[in-house]
Formats: sequence, C-alpha cells, structure tokens
Amino acid sequence: MAHAQTLTEADDTRFYTTEEHHPENGTLLGFWIYLMSDCLIFAVLFACYAVLGRNYAAGPSGADLFDLPIVAVNTALLLFSSITYGFAMISAQAKKVKPTLAWLAVTGLLGLGFLSLELYEFNHLIHEGAGPQRSAFLSSFFVLVGTHGLHVTFGTIWLVTLMVQVAKRGLGVEMKRRLMCLSMFWHFLDVIWIGVFSFVYLLGVLK
Amino acid sequence: MSAASHDAHHAHDDHEHGEGGAHGTLKDYVIGFVLAVILTAIPFWLVMADVLPSHQMTAVAVMGLAAIQVIVHMIYFLHMNSRSEGGWTMLALVFTLIVVVITLAGSLWVMHNLDTHMMAPMPHEMREVP
Amino acid sequence: MSPDLVKTIFGRLTWDAIPLHEPILIGTFAMVALGGITVLAALTYFKVWGYLWREWLTSVDHKKIGVMYIILAIIMLLRGFADALMMRAQQAIAFGDAAGYLPPHHYDQVFTAHGVIMIFFVAMPLITGLMNLVVPLQIGARDVAFPFLNNFSFWMTVGGAITVMLSLFVGEFARTGWLAYPPLSGLAYSPDVGVDYYIWSLQIAGVGTTLSGINLIVTIVKMRAPGMSLMKMPVFTWTSLCSNVLIVASFPILTAVLALLSSDRYLGTNFFTNDFGGNPMMYVNLIWIWGHPEVYILVLPAFGVFSEVVSTFSSKRLFGYSSMVYATVVITILSYLVWLHHFFTMGSGASVNSFFGITTMIISIPTGAKIFNWLFTMYRGRIRFEVPMLWTVGFMVTFVIGGMTGVLLAVPPADFVLHNSLFLIAHFHNVIIGGVVFGMFAGIVYWFPKAFGFKLDPFWGKLSFWFWQIGFFFAFMPLYVLGLMGVTRRVSHFEDHSLQIWFVISAFGAVLILFGIISFVMQMVVGFMKREQYADKTGDPWGGRTLEWSTSSPPPAYNFAFTPVIHEIDAWHDMKQRGYVRPTTGFIPIHMPKNTGAGVVLAGISVVFGFAMIWQIWWLAVISFVALVASAIIHTFNFKRDYYIPAEEVVRIEDARTEALRSLA
Repeated sequence: MAHAQTLTEADDTRFYTTEEHHPENGTLLGFWIYLMSDCLIFAVLFACYAVLGRNYAAGPSGADLFDLPIVAVNTALLLFSSITYGFAMISAQAKKVKPTLAWLAVTGLLGLGFLSLELYEFNHLIHEGAGPQRSAFLSSFFVLVGTHGLHVTFGTIWLVTLMVQVAKRGLGVEMKRRLMCLSMFWHFLDVIWIGVFSFVYLLGVLK
Repeated sequence: MSAASHDAHHAHDDHEHGEGGAHGTLKDYVIGFVLAVILTAIPFWLVMADVLPSHQMTAVAVMGLAAIQVIVHMIYFLHMNSRSEGGWTMLALVFTLIVVVITLAGSLWVMHNLDTHMMAPMPHEMREVP
Repeated sequence: MSPDLVKTIFGRLTWDAIPLHEPILIGTFAMVALGGITVLAALTYFKVWGYLWREWLTSVDHKKIGVMYIILAIIMLLRGFADALMMRAQQAIAFGDAAGYLPPHHYDQVFTAHGVIMIFFVAMPLITGLMNLVVPLQIGARDVAFPFLNNFSFWMTVGGAITVMLSLFVGEFARTGWLAYPPLSGLAYSPDVGVDYYIWSLQIAGVGTTLSGINLIVTIVKMRAPGMSLMKMPVFTWTSLCSNVLIVASFPILTAVLALLSSDRYLGTNFFTNDFGGNPMMYVNLIWIWGHPEVYILVLPAFGVFSEVVSTFSSKRLFGYSSMVYATVVITILSYLVWLHHFFTMGSGASVNSFFGITTMIISIPTGAKIFNWLFTMYRGRIRFEVPMLWTVGFMVTFVIGGMTGVLLAVPPADFVLHNSLFLIAHFHNVIIGGVVFGMFAGIVYWFPKAFGFKLDPFWGKLSFWFWQIGFFFAFMPLYVLGLMGVTRRVSHFEDHSLQIWFVISAFGAVLILFGIISFVMQMVVGFMKREQYADKTGDPWGGRTLEWSTSSPPPAYNFAFTPVIHEIDAWHDMKQRGYVRPTTGFIPIHMPKNTGAGVVLAGISVVFGFAMIWQIWWLAVISFVALVASAIIHTFNFKRDYYIPAEEVVRIEDARTEALRSLA
C-alpha cells in the first residue's frame, strides 16, 4: 500500500516493487470486526428479550423484581471504569509504565466491583424464586445480563494478563496495540450496558 | 475508496501512529465522561422520580437518550470517525447496525404477527374483554 | 465402585453408549479403525510424522491450510455421501410389509448427520479452503492477515468434524433434522446426547468459521498489492469478500441461537419450550436469520469460481465486471431480508408472507444478471472445454432449473402445498449440488495445478463430470415429481407401492453420483501417477488472467519474490500483454510468520471440553475449560512469531525457477 502514491502514469510498466513491502497491520480492524460480530450475539439476546420479555408465565415481572439503585451503582462503576481505562491509554501513549499499570488496576477493580454486585443481584433473585427457569422473561433477562457479565469477566482476565505483560515488556508497539484492543472491548461492553440498563431495567420497571 | 485508504497511510512506520489514529486525548475522555454521566442520570431520574405524564413518553425518552449515549461513547471512547482505517470501521459499523435492526425489528414484526394470528385469547384475557 | 462415584467420573457415559448391537455401525467402525491403523502405521513406517507436524499440521502457510481444508472436506464428503446412499437404499425398498434395513431411530440420525455434515463439514471447508488457497495469491499478498488465527480456525473446524464423527461410535447423533428445531430438540423430547453432539460440534467449528471470516476480510481489505483498488480486484476475491462479510455477520447469530438452545437443555431455561412462556417459533425465526445468508455464503464463492473459469477458458475478459460486483453486493444485503420464506406456513399473516415472498423473488434478479454475464462472456469467445469449463456449463444448466423451482417456492400459496415435501429437497439439492458442489469442483480442478504443480487427469475428470451431471438428474428429478404428489421429507417407510418406482430411479441416480465421486478421486490418483506428464512448469497452465498464475506452481512459501504492482483488472493478462519481464536479481530477505503448534493444542482441548459437556462429565469439563483459557493466555506470551527467509534462500528458489523456465523455451 505504501507505494501507491509513488505510482504515476510514467511507471505504467512497472509490474513489481523492489523495496520491502509492508502491508499495514490489520489487528485493530480485525478486532473491530470481531466486536461487530459480538454485537450480533447481543442483538439476538436483545431480540429474545424483546419478544419473550413479557411472558411472565404468571411469575414476577420486572417491576416486581428490579432494584434500580443497585443498577445505578453498577452503571456508575462501569462508566468510571471506562474513563479510568481511558486514563490508562493516555499514560500508555506517553510510555509511562507505572501510571498505566495503576490505572489498569483501578479499572480491573471497578470491573470486579461490577461483577460482585451483579452476582449479588442474581443470587438475590434466585433466592426469591425468580431464577432463570421461572419464566421466559427471566430466562431472557438472566442470559442477556449474564452474557454481558461473562464478557466483563473475560475482559478482567485479559486485563490482568496485559498488566503482567506490560510489567514484563514495557510499552512497545505491540503492547500498545494489545491495550488498544482491550480498550475497544471494554468500551464496547459499556455500550452494550447502555442498552441493558435502558431497555431491560428502566423500561422493565415501567411496565 | 481504497485509493483514499492508501493515501491516508503512506508511511512504513505506521506502527507508531496511523493505526486508525484512534487515540483519545484527556479532553476527549473527560467530555465523553461528563456527557455520559448526564445522559445516564436523566433516564434514571425520569424513571425513578416518575417525572413524565405517561409511561409511553418515559419509554421513548429513555430509548432516545440511550441512542444518544451510544453515539457519545462511539465518538469519545471508541474514537469512531469516518477516516479511521480508511473508513472500513465505519462501513463495518453501519453494516452491523443494519443487520442488528433487521434482526430486532424483523423478529418483533414476525413474532408479533404470528402471535396475533395463532394465539387464541387466554381465558383470563377473555374475562377482561368488555 | 458405587454408582454415584461412577456417575461422577463418567457422567452419562456408560458401556451402553457403544453401539455393539448395531451391525452397520460395528462394520463401519471396523473399517474406519482398520483404515486408520493402516494410515497411522504407514506414516510411522515411512517416518513422516515429523515432516507432517512441522510442514503441515503446525503450518501457518495459507496454501497448506487451504489444501488441508479441502482434504477435510473430501473425507467428510465420503461420510456424508455414505449417509445419502443409505437413505436412498432405505427409501427404495421400504414399502408395505418390507421395513427396510434402517429402523426409524437410526434413519432419523442418518438424515440429520447427512445435512449437518454436508453443509458444515463439506461445503464450508470447501469454500474456506479454496478462499484460503487462492485469495492471497490473487491479491499479491504473502499470507493472510493473521496467519496463526488461520491455523487455529482450521483446527477448530477439524475439531467440530471429529465431534460429529465421535457420535457415530460413542452414543448417537441428533434425530431432529439438520436445524434441530425445538421443541423436538429440547430436553423434553430429546433427553439423550444426540442434540448435544449437534450443538457442540457446530459451536466448536463455528468459532473457526467466524475467525477465518474475520481473517479473510482483513486480508482483502489490508493486504492487496499496490495499485489494486477495489474495482480492480478479481471477481473471486470480490465474492470471497462478500461471503466472508456474510460469515462474520451471520455466524454469531447461529452461535447465539445454539447457546440459547443449550441453555434450555443444560440450565432449564425456557426460551424455546412450550411452557413457562417459551416460544419454539422464536428459534425457527432466529436460526433462519443465520440460515438464509448461509446459503449465499456457500454460493457466492462458487459464483466467483465460475467467473474466473468462464473468462479464462473463453480467453476473454469477463463480461460486465462492475455489474458482477454490484450484483454480488446486492445479493449480500438482500440475503438478510428473505429468511421467513423458510417458514411461510408457521402462521404469520398475509402482510409478512407477501413481504418475504416478494424480497425472495427480487433476489433472483441479480443472480439472473450473473448468468447472463457468464453467457455473454462465452459469446464469441474462444472456448476451450477443459474440465473446469464443463463443470461451469453444467452448473449454468442445472442451477437455472434449481433457481426457477426456487422462485416457485417463493410464492407463499404454492409453498403451503410444497413446504416440507420432497419438492423442497429436490430444489435445494438442485441449487447446492448444481451451484456449490459444481463450483467447488470446478475450482479444485482449475487451481489444482497451482497448488501442486501438475494437472489432474482429464479423462477421469470428464467421467466424473458426466456421472455427477447425469446422476444428479436421475437422483433428484423423481423427487420433484414425488414432492408434487405430496410426499413429505424425512420419512423412512411408505405404504403406497405406486411411489416406489420413483424412489428406485432416484437410488439409481445416487449410484451414478457414487461413480462420479470415485472418478473425482481417480482423477487425483491418476493425475498423481502421471504427474511428470501433466507437470506445469510455466506456472500458467490454462492461460490465466489473474495474479496467482504469475508465480510458480506450486508457489514458494513467500508467494511472490517481489510484491506485484497492479494496473488492470486482469493483472496477469495485462502483464503478459505488455511485456512483463520476470525479475532474476536483486532479491532481498523476506519477512514471514513462523509455524506454531498452538492451534492444534487449543482445538484438541476444545474437543475434550465438548466431549465432557456432551456426556456431562463435569470435572473434565472444568479442567479442560481452565486448560483452554490457560493455553490461550500462554500463547499470548509468545512474542517470537516471525522470521526472515534469507536472501540466499530466495535466490536459490528463484534461480531454480529461472532454470525451469529456460528449459521450456
């Protein structure tokens, strides 16, 4: 690709390039496309919730179950973790290893906080007899929110792995690229969460 | 299309920059964060304090604000723009959104249509019919 | 040991799971075991294990991975076709008092396995393999964007295939049909392991398919040679791009739907059950949102092959290049708007049915445009009827018939009569055999000399074509007739003797296809034996037009010593026309990715995990899952993933080619 601009009408008969040819690195584009495919998995789960979310089977509804203050705290945790990840990226850009690690650690802790609250909520619901087996509404609720939680779990494992690697190898091109991928993943999960708290929790309480 | 992508990245050392140019500044993150907090607080307030006169209006407002917040996240956190990666990320996003809309709207339409045609009214609904 | 302990250790797995009472399965097992032992013994005897491991199994070379995909597909074709022959034989004899030789329990597994294997483990590996082999060569790249991921994707596909094959000898396969509709596939009606085998084999293979889709998209977007703008890409690359876009934008839907089905089966949720508010039709709706694009995932690369073949063997530039590209893109988008035509009869209203009926008819327009483009390419061309061209012409005749019955089925009232009948079976075999299989066979014969350096035997190739072509009509035209008479699919026994003659004709057709498959393999065997005679030293055996023919056959590991620069659509044709001189000096070291065994390891652990989940051996499932995550993490600590091919090595390879070309002149 690098030589496109050197191609003019004059060297119309040049059929190969003798310099070493480096195609652009495709990792970030590839990871973005992966996120798009993940987005479709969530689309299916949202579609299920949209279609089945009112089939309470004479069981509890969202208005009976959801505890909005907990959801608000969870949302705040995730939102804060987004900006702390942002700070980590800015430190990484400046090649400062220690602040990068510190901000990543904060991000990871916020993620763990989110997960613990979510587990608490799930546990509470199941003990109230509102487990995923109770109705199609609860099945689609648990699987949608749980899948998001699973993503956060793997994101956290990934984050720890990257922290070890940054500590070992510093912030070279490759590590920055990896941090960038996780950054996209993390912010992507936040975008999905916007859909979850708006469509599932807030609208669920309304009905 | 692709010629543009070639021109956008004409350096061998594009490993350092040029990788989508997708690095936010501190300002970006802070603006995004503040907007996101506002756009999150409003819907929670609307629902928890039951501000609007009808539930329907609240629902529309919540979904509208969610859509705006998604865009805010895309711009300030995911650094989306039409130039990164020669426009391919934007193209992928638009295509995905089309498929997502087809999946969601299509499923709702198809399944709703099925329900109205195939479901006999439930006994308790029969009682509620005036 | 106490029964509880046994259950903890082995889960649901007991001796009863081994089908010792089924003579057919025992016979098959004996043959597979015998064949397997022979192969393994031969490999050990000739001491090729090390070579295989270093040069093939761990290879990240896109050409070798492509070849391995195609080998997998041909092996699985034999299994899938054996299922087909069994069904044809059963239906030809099971009338009235004769029960046939397959009990319904077994017959149901056979038709399910046939469908699953043919789509996921024959057609998909064929297209992925061909795209892998050809696309990087056509765009002048040295490898794909993510070479390790490519290797990993391949082994995940193999992992899925192994899981399906395991179900033959340990336990049983699903008895639900190839899409496993609930509630039949739910826990209440299929409590045994069959559906779990189905789910896990598709999930394991699905990971590979999605990742290889991402990989090829990025390859095509990022790694094209300088000068190759989008509208100068070869048509096969274009159709590959669209097909991979469809893969990435539809396989996640399959993954999610199957995950929801497994959640119903493992966790007791109520997505697709009949009670507690579940809705089985939601499964049907969602799985076809994947299922219809899947059809185009398969057929678009085949269209690409035909475009390359027609233009090469008519010695003309492809007619209507840009209309071909636009037609492909339009098909890509429209393929998301037609899914409901697979279940017109489920009870949606007239508005829904007419919308999807009309979109289905619209999609035949770009497809028709393509047929005309190929015909106009042939018009006044200097046509050479070599084997790939025969498959192409056979395709045009066969596919048009299949397309027209498809438009017939797109009319909702007609579909109410024909739905789930043998007419439907005939229709989709008509388009899939006539389109995908013929296309892939054309592609294999066409690019075989590129991959291996010698042509296939044309006599057996032509024989294969004619057996397939005639066999196809004998096998499936009777099914159209039967379908119109109202015979439904997936039936293992009939009362009405007047139907029997049609089934016998159909079985005869299947035997002809068997000869077609044997001939197809024979063309490779004979081609290999006469490889000196059929050798291709020029690198351009057919008078090709695209970039892959500019390098040697087989190409060196690095494909092109110098990256090509492109000026025209048919780049190689343009180079030949305007006096391209092959460079013979000035070679520099070439940067290449390193082989790795991580793909084999990860896929192997995935199969163990799948097996543990199927048989509910929870301890093994936990251990293998942890091992899977751990090995993935360990792999990310490997930063030494590339090396340089030294300039001397490049000089040696290129000089050998210079010598070979001189000896021809």
